[in-house]
Amino acid sequence: MATAERQAPARRSGANTALHELALAAVVVAAIAGATALLLLAGGYPVGRGLAALWSGSFGSWYAFTSATLVRAVPLMLTGAAVAIAFRAGVLNIGAEGQLLVGAAAAVALALVSREDPGLLALAPPLVAAAAGGAVWAGVAAFLRTRYGVLEVISTIMLNFVATYVVSYLVRGPLQEPTRVYPQSATIADAFQLPRISGAGRLHVGLLLALALAGVAGWVLRRTAVGFRIVATGENPSAAASAGGIDVRKTTMHAFLVSGALAGLAGGVEVLGVTFALYENISPGYGYTAIAVALLARLDPWRGVATALLFGALEAGAGAMQRDAGVPSTLVSVIEAALILAVVAAQAARARRLSGDSAVAIRPVNA
Amino acid sequence: MNDVIEPFIAATVRTAVPLGLAAFGELLVERAGLINIGLEGAILAGAFGALVGASAAGVGAGFATAALAGLFIGVLFALCVVWIRADQIIAGTALTLLSVGATGTLYRAFYGSGGAALGIATSEPLAIPGLSALPVVGTALFAQPPITYVAYLTGPVMAWWFRRTHAGLALRSIGERPEAAEAAGIAVDRARVMAILVGGTLGGIAGGTLVLAQAGTFAEGMSAGRGFIAIAIVVLGRWTPHGVAAGALLFGAASALQYAFQAMGWNAPYQLFLVVPYLLTLAALAGAVGRARAPAALGRALEARR
Amino acid sequence: MSELSTLDASLALALRDIDKRYGTTQALASASLQVRPGTVHALLGENGAGKSTLMRIAYGMERPDAGTLTVRGATVRFATPAEAIARGIGMVHQHFTLVPVMTVAENVALGGRGRLDLPKTMARLHELTERTGFELDPEAKVESLSIAAQQRVEIAKALVRDAHLLVLDEPTAVLPPSESERLLRWLRDYADAGHAVVLITHKLREALSVADDVTVLRRGRTVLEVPGSAATIASLTAAMIGTAIDDESATAPRAAEARRGAPAASRGPVFRAERITLVDTRGIVRLRDASFIVEPGEIVGIAGIEGGGQRELLRALAGRMAVASGTLSRPPIVGFVPEDRHNDAVLLDRSLVENVALRGAGARRGFIDWQAFASRTTSLMHAFDVRAPGARAPMRTLSGGNQQKLVLARELARDGAMETQAIVVENPTRGLDVRATSDVHARLREARDAGAAVVVYSSDIDEVLLLADRVLVVCAGQLRAAPMEREAVGRLMLGLHGDG
Repeated sequence: MATAERQAPARRSGANTALHELALAAVVVAAIAGATALLLLAGGYPVGRGLAALWSGSFGSWYAFTSATLVRAVPLMLTGAAVAIAFRAGVLNIGAEGQLLVGAAAAVALALVSREDPGLLALAPPLVAAAAGGAVWAGVAAFLRTRYGVLEVISTIMLNFVATYVVSYLVRGPLQEPTRVYPQSATIADAFQLPRISGAGRLHVGLLLALALAGVAGWVLRRTAVGFRIVATGENPSAAASAGGIDVRKTTMHAFLVSGALAGLAGGVEVLGVTFALYENISPGYGYTAIAVALLARLDPWRGVATALLFGALEAGAGAMQRDAGVPSTLVSVIEAALILAVVAAQAARARRLSGDSAVAIRPVNA
Repeated sequence: MNDVIEPFIAATVRTAVPLGLAAFGELLVERAGLINIGLEGAILAGAFGALVGASAAGVGAGFATAALAGLFIGVLFALCVVWIRADQIIAGTALTLLSVGATGTLYRAFYGSGGAALGIATSEPLAIPGLSALPVVGTALFAQPPITYVAYLTGPVMAWWFRRTHAGLALRSIGERPEAAEAAGIAVDRARVMAILVGGTLGGIAGGTLVLAQAGTFAEGMSAGRGFIAIAIVVLGRWTPHGVAAGALLFGAASALQYAFQAMGWNAPYQLFLVVPYLLTLAALAGAVGRARAPAALGRALEARR
Repeated sequence: MSELSTLDASLALALRDIDKRYGTTQALASASLQVRPGTVHALLGENGAGKSTLMRIAYGMERPDAGTLTVRGATVRFATPAEAIARGIGMVHQHFTLVPVMTVAENVALGGRGRLDLPKTMARLHELTERTGFELDPEAKVESLSIAAQQRVEIAKALVRDAHLLVLDEPTAVLPPSESERLLRWLRDYADAGHAVVLITHKLREALSVADDVTVLRRGRTVLEVPGSAATIASLTAAMIGTAIDDESATAPRAAEARRGAPAASRGPVFRAERITLVDTRGIVRLRDASFIVEPGEIVGIAGIEGGGQRELLRALAGRMAVASGTLSRPPIVGFVPEDRHNDAVLLDRSLVENVALRGAGARRGFIDWQAFASRTTSLMHAFDVRAPGARAPMRTLSGGNQQKLVLARELARDGAMETQAIVVENPTRGLDVRATSDVHARLREARDAGAAVVVYSSDIDEVLLLADRVLVVCAGQLRAAPMEREAVGRLMLGLHGDG
């Protein structure tokens, strides 16, 4: 079963690999720019101004880079790692969005009731709560999958909707701000806010946490026995169980929960570092974009840092495109979806090439 | 009591119609051994298509463009899954995302991002003489927009088609054992493509129903998960046309309960009612799967990822 | 050209100069086959010689890269099986193409057009039963039928469509000897009635007993086309195998004799089963009250027809399945080479190194030393003669034989923590060519000679008898020791004990 492309660790010489990766990245960036231009053209929008806005909004200035692109890349690194780990284990966790929301809600709830410990220690309870909240939310789907065989694709999407309503209820009810006017929570105290990185605008230390976790996740997958179990399970659960003696159920469950925790953490980092309060629509679809981030990174959380950067830039630029050139920001979703389809098609073509074409038309699933 | 029951039944049917239409479409696809997660995208595309068509040329045109939009998503899915042989779950998810993005973009581009309620022609209820005069259920069941009657007929027609035609037998065999169908001379890929296209079209029509027979307007993301609920209905209905019809009515009733409760004076937060269909979907999937048997080829395709 | 077509007009089926390539493999190269009406035509060849491919082309399931196909003199080009069926060609596949959950009548009706009239189909089936002596219950669900009965349904599908040429792909592979004989007799009658039969088989004796004509394929080429009367076991074997390979059957028994004289190992049995009962994944009892032992330094062969219980037995021995009752003592680590290697034993898209690392992955802790695994993989590849682009190559790029050898190497590994005292193999040479097959056999014997306990199951009785020091037969949940003699084993497989 190859639901997504997973190459054997590239073992060319170091320099060769880096060059290869760079070339690939350049191709991808060019493709995205080209696709955007085409879509702008098709929509009758000013292509030149649109692309210029896309650039200026993402990389055009230091402020744009730190406070628009990187700020958006941080939750994408975390949710991208979340999706990558899950997909690797063969768990199609489409619920990163809901897990993020629950994590955010948990973080805010704890920040509003916890006492203010000195320094960074104060951040621990809300962040832990965020991870726990995300894990629990994923756990519901994991339980349904393990016990009842419910397709996690459907259950996690259903839970996304439920999470949205839960947040909607919370910000109009138990967590609503004191004046009871606006559908949002009170602003969290300074002690619970992630410190900014000086000289980098709105960018906060959550970036360091995201980089660290993405790095650890990638390393675990590549170098540890646990990680190998995840990879083997996702690749072929039957062989993993039979030839590897791997407890497939336990492995997928763990991967699912860790995935949820990372996504929840993304939500926690967002509220503690960017929004400082809970309200509806705190996520512009990070959980869904994460799928594109992970797939494009070939399910490697560390490579996901780069693709998260790419998509962060895309979303930052999209905002600028809307402001400066009147281009709807939903265009980005189109590009993301097209990217996912392109990646999936490329993998299918590759698998077909390797195993030889068959005239017999049977299973469209890469099983 | 009557003023609670009648609106309740009417609301049940009204909610059930788009769910049922989409579910019938998905039923064809799943009996062919595939699963189209992009159904949600087809419904949303259909909704937007209805907006475009109805603004231009009235209700009939609205349904036609809705069907075409759903068909388009079906074409894309067929390309991904039958031609390129990409992973069907990821392809379906990507298509739903594509539809969300595309409909949102096109909506904002052509109708402004204000989101103001647009006035378009809607489908008026058409009372069936005689039947609509029945006590209690008359108006609720038989004084509905015409698309409702289309939905009523789809179930029996599909059941007949499955049991009494070679084409139906062929599709069933593809869903159970594609190798057997192929050896019998059946063009498996072609049949699957047809099922996907019809499924997408029905999904589009379901979206059209949302706009033309219910909301009267379009809003971004208005499908709100109905595609996934339809998939749950297929499972709940044990992959039979009559089961699907019953499942759709069940979901319709669950949603309609909120009106009944409100009429009876219950005041719970509105989110609670909105959440019910999604929780019900989870329960349906969890409860139903143990006893129901999926078409074997579909089961194999999904088992491969367990 | 015209001479050919007049010649062809008298042939039920003619394939000439057929080429077919899959990726880098040339499956068929100028292959040909000429079938006369009213004959049984045996198509022989080793696994992978191209027999099935050739007939799939005749049936419209594949398209040839080159060559011509004529049916009753008319040159045709089939795009789909439907066209072949319309031309009167019927095919009975090795793996049944029936829909288990549907009835016999529905399966037979499959592929028609327009309205479905099941009563009419059932009437036709009744008429067929009367005419040909075939036993069929039109309303039975296929999944409830025996293998032989299912095969009859497959044949009925072709007969109902008025096939004049019947192709059967290894039909006796899954049948017990008595049913095989029955089938072959029926085919003889069918041919005598004027129809043609193509019998794809690798069983020489069977072919000689019933065929009027014989064609032998080797590596995709037609190497021999003779009447049955002119063929002998020796000439057919020579044609099928080509280059001389050590005749295993000549040397092995002598080796077996030599070994039996050697002192038995003093370690005690490696496997000991006492009244074990095994249950499959659906809860059906597959083996009842079986007791046996396996000593170190011997090969125990398991024989049985499909569904007899050997599947569960092998997995229980290999530790992949628990016993439902009774006691089974086995070493903590048992190597296992399952029949379906692609699904159960390898990660196709990962490298050879990772596949080697798969063994023991479940219990491993901490970090993975990939360098160590890489060197272990290379030495395994060297020791077992596994041909591959390199240790980092994806498993998928290896040929079937090399994949199997690597799996065997991995499971037999005898270094450090991976000391293999026992290995269980299931149809280890299925799909492999002659050379790879004899390689695998040699490795199994080596393992045995080094003191391991080897349990081999093969659905090919001859392979079991060739390899094993002694044979156990599973039939309908019972396990019995069998004499090392073909007919005795066959009878036990059918559940007949004693004489008669």
